[in-house]
Amino acid sequence: MTNLKIGIDIGSTTVKVVVLDGDGTLLFRSYERHFSKVREKTCEILRGIQEMLSGRQVRMLITGSAGLGVAKASSLPFVQEVYATAAAVREYIPDTDAVIELGGEDAKIIFFKGSLEERMNGSCAGGTGAFIDQMATLMNISVEELDALSLKHEKIYPIASRCGVFAKSDIQPILNQGGRKEDVAASIFQAVVDQTISGLTQGRELSGKVVFLGGPLHFLKGLRERFTETLHLDEEHAIFPENGDCFAAIGAALCAADYEPMPFETMFRKLEEAVDSTSMADTLPPLFKDRAEYDAFLKRHNANAPGMIDPDTYEGDAYLGIDAGSTTTKLTLITPEGGILYTYYSSNAGNPVSVVKGQLEKIHELCGDRIHIRGSAVTGYGEDLIKSAFRVDAGLVETIAHYRAARHFNPDVDFIIDIGGQDMKCFKIRNGAVDSIMLNEACSSGCGSFIETFARALGYSIADFAKLGLFAEHPVNLGSRCTVFMNSSVKQAQKEGASVEAISAGLSISIVKNAVYKVIRAASADDLGKHIVVQGGTFLNDAVLRSFEVELERNVTRPVIAGIMGAYGAALYAKDLGLTQTSLLTAEELKGFTHTAKPATCGLCTNHCSLTVNQFDNGRRFISGNRCQRPLGKAASTMPNLLRYKYEKLRSLTGIPGPRGKIGIPFGLNMYENLPFWHALFTKLGFEVVLSPESSRKLYIKGQHTIPSDTVCYPAKLMHGHVEALLDMGADTIFYPCMSYNFDEKSGDNNYNCPVVAYYPELIGANIPRLKQIRYLNPYFGLHRPRDFKLRAEKYFLREFQIPKGETRAAVDAAYEAYAAYKEDIRLEGEKIIRFARENGKRILVLAGRPYHIDPEINHGIDELITSFDLALISEDALSHLVSKESRKVLNQWTYQARMYSAARYVCTQPDMHLVQLVSFGCGIDAITGDEMRDILERCGKLYTQLKIDDINNLGAVRIRIRSLLAAIDAREKAATKPKEAANG
Amino acid sequence: MAKLVYDETGRLLFTKEMKQEYTLLMPQMLPVHFSMMQRCMQLAGYKVDMLTTHHRGIVDEGLKYVHNDTCYPALLVIGQLIDAVKHGGYDMHKVGLLITQTGGGCRASNYIHLLRKALKKAGMDYIPVVSVNLSGLEKNPGFSLTLTLIRQMIFSMMYGDIIVQVANQCRPYEKEPGATDAMIERCMARLIDGFKEGKGLNYPGMVKNCDKIVRDFASIPLEGPSKPRVGIVGEIYIKFAPLGNNNLEDFLRSEGAEPVVPGLTDFIIFKIDNRDVDIDLYGGSFLKKIVVRIFKRYVEKCQRAMISSIRNNSSFRAPVPFSHLKELIHGYLGEGNKMGEGWLLTAEMLELIESGTGNIVCTQPFGCLPNHVVGKGMIRRLKDDFPHSNIVAIDYDPGATKINQENRIKLMLANARRSTAAEGPSAGKPGPDTGKPASAEA
Repeated sequence: MTNLKIGIDIGSTTVKVVVLDGDGTLLFRSYERHFSKVREKTCEILRGIQEMLSGRQVRMLITGSAGLGVAKASSLPFVQEVYATAAAVREYIPDTDAVIELGGEDAKIIFFKGSLEERMNGSCAGGTGAFIDQMATLMNISVEELDALSLKHEKIYPIASRCGVFAKSDIQPILNQGGRKEDVAASIFQAVVDQTISGLTQGRELSGKVVFLGGPLHFLKGLRERFTETLHLDEEHAIFPENGDCFAAIGAALCAADYEPMPFETMFRKLEEAVDSTSMADTLPPLFKDRAEYDAFLKRHNANAPGMIDPDTYEGDAYLGIDAGSTTTKLTLITPEGGILYTYYSSNAGNPVSVVKGQLEKIHELCGDRIHIRGSAVTGYGEDLIKSAFRVDAGLVETIAHYRAARHFNPDVDFIIDIGGQDMKCFKIRNGAVDSIMLNEACSSGCGSFIETFARALGYSIADFAKLGLFAEHPVNLGSRCTVFMNSSVKQAQKEGASVEAISAGLSISIVKNAVYKVIRAASADDLGKHIVVQGGTFLNDAVLRSFEVELERNVTRPVIAGIMGAYGAALYAKDLGLTQTSLLTAEELKGFTHTAKPATCGLCTNHCSLTVNQFDNGRRFISGNRCQRPLGKAASTMPNLLRYKYEKLRSLTGIPGPRGKIGIPFGLNMYENLPFWHALFTKLGFEVVLSPESSRKLYIKGQHTIPSDTVCYPAKLMHGHVEALLDMGADTIFYPCMSYNFDEKSGDNNYNCPVVAYYPELIGANIPRLKQIRYLNPYFGLHRPRDFKLRAEKYFLREFQIPKGETRAAVDAAYEAYAAYKEDIRLEGEKIIRFARENGKRILVLAGRPYHIDPEINHGIDELITSFDLALISEDALSHLVSKESRKVLNQWTYQARMYSAARYVCTQPDMHLVQLVSFGCGIDAITGDEMRDILERCGKLYTQLKIDDINNLGAVRIRIRSLLAAIDAREKAATKPKEAANG
Repeated sequence: MAKLVYDETGRLLFTKEMKQEYTLLMPQMLPVHFSMMQRCMQLAGYKVDMLTTHHRGIVDEGLKYVHNDTCYPALLVIGQLIDAVKHGGYDMHKVGLLITQTGGGCRASNYIHLLRKALKKAGMDYIPVVSVNLSGLEKNPGFSLTLTLIRQMIFSMMYGDIIVQVANQCRPYEKEPGATDAMIERCMARLIDGFKEGKGLNYPGMVKNCDKIVRDFASIPLEGPSKPRVGIVGEIYIKFAPLGNNNLEDFLRSEGAEPVVPGLTDFIIFKIDNRDVDIDLYGGSFLKKIVVRIFKRYVEKCQRAMISSIRNNSSFRAPVPFSHLKELIHGYLGEGNKMGEGWLLTAEMLELIESGTGNIVCTQPFGCLPNHVVGKGMIRRLKDDFPHSNIVAIDYDPGATKINQENRIKLMLANARRSTAAEGPSAGKPGPDTGKPASAEA
């Protein structure tokens, strides 16, 4: 009798067990979820097949990310899972060119053609099987339903492919604005595909025969479809093998051949007796010492409750507030005194319109003839949609709604923090007005709903789950980076044997740390204020509230209705409107209510925004997804926009056919500023300058397979698309110089470029294979020393193009002149805009960023959004020359950044100017500039707003920030003119 | 008690009084090198403690006081210093912090500023921060880098390098566990004793010391077949500091591999060379160029002495001279690529591959800007040109789990073992118990 071979693959979510006989025939296979009980589950499966195995000699091998710990603890042999998978593929599908395997938390690619290469996703790409689970939960459907829906899609929305958190912040607004679930489902799968391709291929072509493995690809047809379509694979080249969900286990079994056999009983005993030796070292102090401490805590917080009025007996006026949040919908009906008649809080289940409709019906019924709704207001992500759908009287930005409510409970409130399902919002209150606003950026979003999703996955209600954490003796430290990382920390903690109690408490603490250190950036309670009000559904969780108090070492106010403060504030706002009759749909009108949502693509300009057209009964319509006013039938804003001006000016620099042929220039990164220089130089030398086309998502996709580092900023990633596009256009020479130094504008300690801008030309050269077939020129040049540059340029162009030195000299002079003229023109245009604004009494907004932030694909139309708020828009380089050098508390050594500091200092001196900083995700340098910019502005009493942008187009969040900023400016100006009145009301 | 004195820009100074009363805390980057530096400063009369703490609280303090998007080394270094001040049992009013300051286009040159910001935030801005630099930045009355101290520290770096180079080749094979570390301690003590008498601080003295060091290590009894070698390159702090890379060298050894860590001397020459290259590329003073060249030649000469010492006195593998690294990089990156580790990082990978260590862990803090280009950005080219190279890029940050990192390193190791097995014994060095179970021994 030959020896049996057993392969056990223990992944992050499932256990796969495979038994092969001596000649490789599959005797047994199983694929089961382990719910973090990894060793127990494995034993259980083995026990089930004891009959087949007992008394036999077996060779066995463990693999998988969670298998490592099990193997260690039981001293059984282990093999890395990608290695095992490769072995199985070589055995069964030997002519494979590449393998894509998606697991619960890992994504892997193996290339066989040419040299063997295996890759796993980096740390920041948690979105795979677990990501799909999370998305399904978000949409309130099962994964199977998600799959079925995706097959009926009509369009694909662009969804962030960087990670689960980002994707979630993309999907939420689409759902809230009425996007079809079918389309969203397919878009989710497409995001997984894009993530896999951009994150893992890194310059290697995915072609030939591709084998797809792993649970998600085995079970989800929609995902398969997205992959084969995106990779242009036909049936012969896209292989979905039988047992594709167990390949790593099969590989482990095959590899087991090299190991010594042992009696099954011995092996099984080892596994059963393995007690995980690793202990939980990383723990935190408990939240409550004892029950008494908890009771005192509860008593203190329960005191902050508004009166509850019985709606069945009440007669009189009422006001309705709706908070259509990103994951939940909240409603309140209040009396003029603020007493609560009715509240509602629930997940919006991916369709806020139908939730609100049901609630309105209920409220109308409740009101009967006794209660008269005088006014209504709506806030939150879904504000515009709900307002159009139900003819709500007014809409208001969330920050204002929250402040209105908080003030009701604590008139002295000076700091509000709201943690909802998706977002965290913090704002300071000064002189009765919302002052500085801090909102989380994409990376730390989704914390609130994460706890909920997690609780549900473990089979608890959120309330029960939260209670478990209160008395945990050793809460685990789960870090505070983002929910994806928390998720893997939780997994690790579970493997190490952490209890549900410890995890529950640990999660609460993580969320709070995220809020305190990432969003608020505070080191102590004194940075916040004396009267802190906390709200948002997440704070209803006592463990979160306690963690917050512990972290700040200060007691705070949590109103009992913390979860519905937005709606409550909206209701109070509705009351403040002083209306006599609401325009809200009547009970009668509600009966005839209809709603359809259709996807559409706007064709009014080159942005081609993905629109969702919501059509209601009686011709009410709501369009979302737009960046500007045009699709709404309104004219584009006529407010001046320096970003647009610069962009058009640069794009108009077209080539003039010349005797020396063509030279391709990729239009991105520092070319956004240096183009006038190089354009003049090459034109003068007799080259026809050919620019790469305008940036677009399509252009990005074109180049994404050659991006080696998925954490680099989006502007850099776009360069790959620009170079590929130039190659497609037939460019035979491309010029893209390396530049450690930037122009020296004498306003900083040095004049560097950032490392990415400086050396990206070399990365492009090493990672785009097609460049080998053409002439790619990426010399080192420094333009900051004109005389030295001239000498080096003479030599360079003589060597490369045999151009006489005299010609180069003249061209260099022309280039410097052109650059100076461009800069001068920007400054003059800036002055013109400022003059215009002042003559017309408009506010001026300075969008401070990098030159390449004027690219509409990079800024996603934020410039147009800003001008649509009736603001005149200029950029930092229109102001930076207006102040003299001043030393900073940080090293001020980058030219572009120095401009931002200067511009901020100038803004400080101008009452009608406000500054918003634009930051690209992944820009390490802006981690430094952000704090410094805030310092500069806040020290002179200005508001600081930062907008972080990536490849995603989530203007909803940007809109909230801009509106909050404007509301805060308004309130401040009002307070400045009528201080007393504002403080009271 | 020492008075707090500020300079005209408002910077808190480290005064002469403080030199008497205060303990200076310094972070550890390279265990051996920095330990030597610490002793040099003690010789000069400073009370200096090098921090070797390694626990989660460090990261937590870092997260609390440093912008969370700042690079991980800054977060660790600052977190470690603040953690020590708070919980290290020091009198908070009698400590100062030592931090090195470099220039360059990388955001890492901001550490000292971020540290001051953090101290302010923590309400501890009464703690003086002392900059250690060779550019004459930020002078302090109570702390001066005298010529003697500078010489001692520079030689410490080079002695540290030769010790680490040979020690790394002993540790995985030592017959008696701990013998290598004991030898390191003996060598360091002997060198410092020499420093006290002014010995070992010039070229002939160094040659003598190097010979002795190499012979000492060569005398350590070793055993066992040779193990697969794994190179470690990367961002300088993460590459060297055990706190930064989760004890990567220990992990590799526990997996049955021999870590190969290119030394610090190349980095020092690299930074000097940058100034030379800058003048070529962008122009500048001819005189400066000459001074820079003289300095560079001197350090290069010392490096060559180290190399000959190893070659002449042992069968240890010797590093290659800097000039060879600079040759290797041609065709890959320009010499002007100087921010962070710049072209040197890629050159080190090329050298490792060339010398038969194709298995490489390329370490970097999450989102490290220069490494997008010189680390991750070059792996594709290296794989194309050297199909047998086996490079894994690992990101380090406060949220990355160890298990995730180790799993990826294990994949690289599995491939390393497979290729060693494929080459077979005829390929020269015997493989690491190739036929047998590979990774269960941990």
